[in-house]
Amino acid sequence: MILSCGQEATLIVPSAPASSPSAPAQLPELVIEAGSIEQQYWRDLWRYRELLAFLTWRDILVRYKQTAIGVLWALLRPFLTMVVFTVVFSTIAKLPAGNVPYPILVFAALLPWQLFASALAESSNSLVSNANLISKVYFPRLLVPISSVLVSLVDFLVSGIILLGLMVWYDYVPSWRIVTLPLFLALAIAAATGGGLWLAALTVKYRDFRYVVPFIVQLGLYISPVGFSSNVVPAQWRSLYALNPMVGVIDGFRWAILGGDTTLSLTGLIWSVGLVILLLVTGVWYFRAYERTFADVI
Amino acid sequence: MADSILRIENLSKKYLLRHQIREPYTTLRDTIATGAQSLGRRLMQPGTRSPRSTQEEFWALKDVSFEVKQGDRIGIIGRNGAGKSTLLKILSRITEPTTGRVRIRGRVASLLEVGTGFHPELTGRENIYLNGAILGMGRVEIKRKFDEIVDFAEIEKFLDTPVKRYSSGMYVRLAFAIAAHLEPEILVVDEVLAVGDAQFQKKCLGKMNDVASQGRTVLFVSHNMAAIRALCSTAIMLDKGNIVQQGSTAECITAYEMRNLSNQGSIWFRSSNEQKSGLVITKVSLKLLGKQPNLELDLEILIESRSNHKPAFLAVDITDLTGIAIMQALPKSEGFLLDCNFKHFTDMNIRLPPLIPGQYLVSIWAGSHNTETLDWVKEAVTFEIFDSPTSGRSFSHTADHGYIVPVSILRNIEELSLN
Repeated sequence: MILSCGQEATLIVPSAPASSPSAPAQLPELVIEAGSIEQQYWRDLWRYRELLAFLTWRDILVRYKQTAIGVLWALLRPFLTMVVFTVVFSTIAKLPAGNVPYPILVFAALLPWQLFASALAESSNSLVSNANLISKVYFPRLLVPISSVLVSLVDFLVSGIILLGLMVWYDYVPSWRIVTLPLFLALAIAAATGGGLWLAALTVKYRDFRYVVPFIVQLGLYISPVGFSSNVVPAQWRSLYALNPMVGVIDGFRWAILGGDTTLSLTGLIWSVGLVILLLVTGVWYFRAYERTFADVI
Repeated sequence: MADSILRIENLSKKYLLRHQIREPYTTLRDTIATGAQSLGRRLMQPGTRSPRSTQEEFWALKDVSFEVKQGDRIGIIGRNGAGKSTLLKILSRITEPTTGRVRIRGRVASLLEVGTGFHPELTGRENIYLNGAILGMGRVEIKRKFDEIVDFAEIEKFLDTPVKRYSSGMYVRLAFAIAAHLEPEILVVDEVLAVGDAQFQKKCLGKMNDVASQGRTVLFVSHNMAAIRALCSTAIMLDKGNIVQQGSTAECITAYEMRNLSNQGSIWFRSSNEQKSGLVITKVSLKLLGKQPNLELDLEILIESRSNHKPAFLAVDITDLTGIAIMQALPKSEGFLLDCNFKHFTDMNIRLPPLIPGQYLVSIWAGSHNTETLDWVKEAVTFEIFDSPTSGRSFSHTADHGYIVPVSILRNIEELSLN
């Protein structure tokens, strides 16, 4: 998935004699040239894993600096969102509930959507907002959008706590299907990362995408099964509707959390998984292909 | 035997500059019409470049090749725009070369800017961890060196205040302290020592010296020739993307200075559009006579007394290329230039002491008292000495040991046995 045109990099392990105590004797040689395949890159990703943690930590920490209630906002924000959405969807949109309490119904769909939307928005802007780092320091640039996705993941986990609280409040016990939740979570993260990488790389060159992304997120909210259930979609639109990767994810979340008579279309799920994998793979390819020009263009 | 740790082969970097062809728009109507046309073109035929802009290739680096051995301390000097920072960016893998290649063996840590990644909302403590991680240190490593870093930066009291409240001096001290504790095999530093007060600069230089003496390789870019002289053993000079000089630090610094010399020869004229009254030096002409160690300077100085002034005398300052004063000749210390409306043709002879080979600059001063300057022509003319003042010397002179080689004789050596 790494695009390269031109010569290959040579990785030579020298048989050099021992040198000064501070430098190890056997070091692999790194070759830098135009269009080289960087085998070092994936090794570097592992080597810089702590930086990923630090970037995520920094973004979360900065959010609550100089605030009065500080970290409490982390719980308050999803809670308030849930309240607003419950009011909107139960009293105004009149979603059919079944035997599941409205807040949990709403939350089950809202959770993955919030993860996807915030991850997409943050990671698409991540490279440009870290422009000073990108033009002055070397590290695998892939870490920057991934750290934005991780920040959204942390928000997701906090909202998950609220969901657990809701379940306790309503004495609601989910069925066995809740065990499959991590799979759907992984699917959501993959979708967010794929989209985020595409948009991050595109935003560096064409700043127009900074204005396109909020529009995509808004539109996505209406065409994803957050405010409605997938069964209300008429049959002739079904295949077009399934092109949205989040359809499978959100349906899966609903299926896993709500249990009972919510159904999950298997073809829809397979379609979603395929789309998400395609999105992720092409996202990484595009990002790596244009990464070499970031410092010059940003 | 030190092996080559860094090899740069035919490195080039090209940028594309876009120029807009400016047409003389006479009316607002023209401007609007042409603007609408270009918008239409961009919508209908996306991707075609407007004919009113051209692209120019700009080669920031052209065919640069050199080799660095382990433990070398190389200074990279050059004027602004020579390509030094581009070279460092390529070495640090921030940007890619257009052609050519670099072979690196070892970890490279680069300091292209102090305080990279500092977030103003975070405290000093948090920024130490953040910046350290960005520069490539692991969390355990940062924790281990935390106290040393705080000590070096001298900000112990302010560790828990957000960095946005720091003074600029504290900011750079902290930033440099973190960077100074990196332990890479190759350290690349770009002009970051030009920050902080003199005491801090000395501390930084000392720390860099320590780092270099541990056997690490250092590539140092600076405009501060004294720092380069102090830290580096060899140097490279870049000009407009090419290497123009490579070798010992002294050679490169001299080449650099010589490129900055403008219009200095052995004759100087005051430009006629300068209106000055009182005593005015209008022409200086220099001749270098004799042979080492008995060189003489013959100076012909033309002075005009255009209006009334106090009786004045002359002093001749001889400096080296970097402006360091070497000596001053004062043939007569009381005023001898008096008469108004006269042109004075002064013929002066200076017997030079045994100077080391090199290029020297001559400045002429005229005044009525050592605190009263009437005219001062700085670095008017130059002369160059090629031969050594002493014969039979096997190694070349450097300015590190002064400019004068006085006559000295070994009168006697007495030998006594130790037991």
